[in-house]
Amino acid sequence: MSETALSLASLVLEDLHAEIGAKFAPFAGSNMPVQYGMGVMAEHLHCRAKAGLFDVSHMGQVLLYPKTTMADLTLALERLMPVDVLGLGLGRQRYGFLTQANGGILDDVMFSNRGDHIFIVVNAGRKTEDLAHFAAELSAQAFITPVTERALLALQGPLAAKAMARIVPDIQSLYFMDCGVFNSDFGEIWVSRSGYTGEDGFEISVPNAGAAALAYALFAMPEVAPIGLGARDSLRLEAALCLYGHEIDTSISPIEAGLTWAISKQRRPNGARAGGYLGADAIEAQMRSGPTRKRVGLYPEGRAPMRDGTVLFSTSGVEVGRVTSGGFGPSLSAPIAMGLVDAAHSALGLDLLGEVRGKKLPVKICALPFFPNHFRKRSTT
Amino acid sequence: MKYTKEHEWLRLEGDLVVVGITEHAASSLGDVVFVDLPQVGTDVKLGQEVAVIESVKAASDILAPLDGQIVEVNADLADNPGLINEDPDGRAWFFKMKIKDLSALDSFMTSADYEAFLS
Repeated sequence: MSETALSLASLVLEDLHAEIGAKFAPFAGSNMPVQYGMGVMAEHLHCRAKAGLFDVSHMGQVLLYPKTTMADLTLALERLMPVDVLGLGLGRQRYGFLTQANGGILDDVMFSNRGDHIFIVVNAGRKTEDLAHFAAELSAQAFITPVTERALLALQGPLAAKAMARIVPDIQSLYFMDCGVFNSDFGEIWVSRSGYTGEDGFEISVPNAGAAALAYALFAMPEVAPIGLGARDSLRLEAALCLYGHEIDTSISPIEAGLTWAISKQRRPNGARAGGYLGADAIEAQMRSGPTRKRVGLYPEGRAPMRDGTVLFSTSGVEVGRVTSGGFGPSLSAPIAMGLVDAAHSALGLDLLGEVRGKKLPVKICALPFFPNHFRKRSTT
Repeated sequence: MKYTKEHEWLRLEGDLVVVGITEHAASSLGDVVFVDLPQVGTDVKLGQEVAVIESVKAASDILAPLDGQIVEVNADLADNPGLINEDPDGRAWFFKMKIKDLSALDSFMTSADYEAFLS
């Protein structure tokens, strides 16, 4: 056995995945199911049409309990993220990102207000860095507890709510970005109505002891099929969601990554709690004068996919950027990509060239997302 | 039918060698979404990259199994790369080659050899 294999973490549901026909590959230090018998294309389309169950237990689950008050804790977290943490309502979840002094992104996260504490889900490949960052920055305000005895499953797709309601009837009370704690036959489950596919659905934190039984209960339902990491990537790409290490990293600012929408108005210049977070100077400067590069959607014109790292050129041959995520969009039956390009070459509809195996092939800048979101939002009045 | 260790199959058709990939290769690649075929008339050397297959997961090279010349390519694959998953041993042939000495085929694996190689 190689050293890599020895250091690879096993998901608590690894045996279950093997039993239902998963093919495995290493990802972010874990041995992950990449696809099952249906294959990536069929799994992707199944999730868009019905409901898919993903094992995302490789991601980090962290609890932050206040040492003094919740207000102190939320304000401390606001020093790490340009988002409104203080104003997040009870039972609500929000998307945020941990910034660093240069304005780059340490990680993107989902956090929830659970009354007397905050629950954060972080990327698998960034757990170590995030926990070190929390320890360095939040130790005066928070007891930081990594959750180690729970699996994380995602049930996504238009029929996810129908399936989930058979497990917990009360689930219908949740709208997009709501979260709750529910008793179930599988132990106490922590559920949020969110995900990373662009579909309606849930992320479910379940005690390890109940995880396999919950997964089998869902798989027994006609709507639900297992979906691997391969389709998870094509689903999130079609939904134009950023992936750490691709669209975002420590050298890319949230403004460049097209995440300005996620910077809460309270934290923007002239907001009630403007600035005061790591990298605020750099990020506010980019908000004022515009970033020098931008995340864009890309439609290769032929059938050849343009993968991560493909170098992009203007039609006059000047290098203008690179592809950050690229592949095939099964819902569109066409190759799709996202990239970071110089702001001067980021206009919608602009023709660029992408170099694939030595050939410069035409590619057009397009609007994002590639596939519309289907979240169950509370109707706004 | 003969087989290479690179999971290609070779079939003699008159004096031409037809080349495709095995079912094992097609199923490990996953859903194929794009094929880049060589130009007809290209002279190729054993081991040279002559075609590229892109699946939903990744790109893979197809290597020339022998020295020779590409005399025909399967245009159907460009329009319908999914054929490679549907019928890898049949309709999803990649190209036909003219080679100097057909006896070179004898050095490749038989069907039984290939099965043993896979296991």
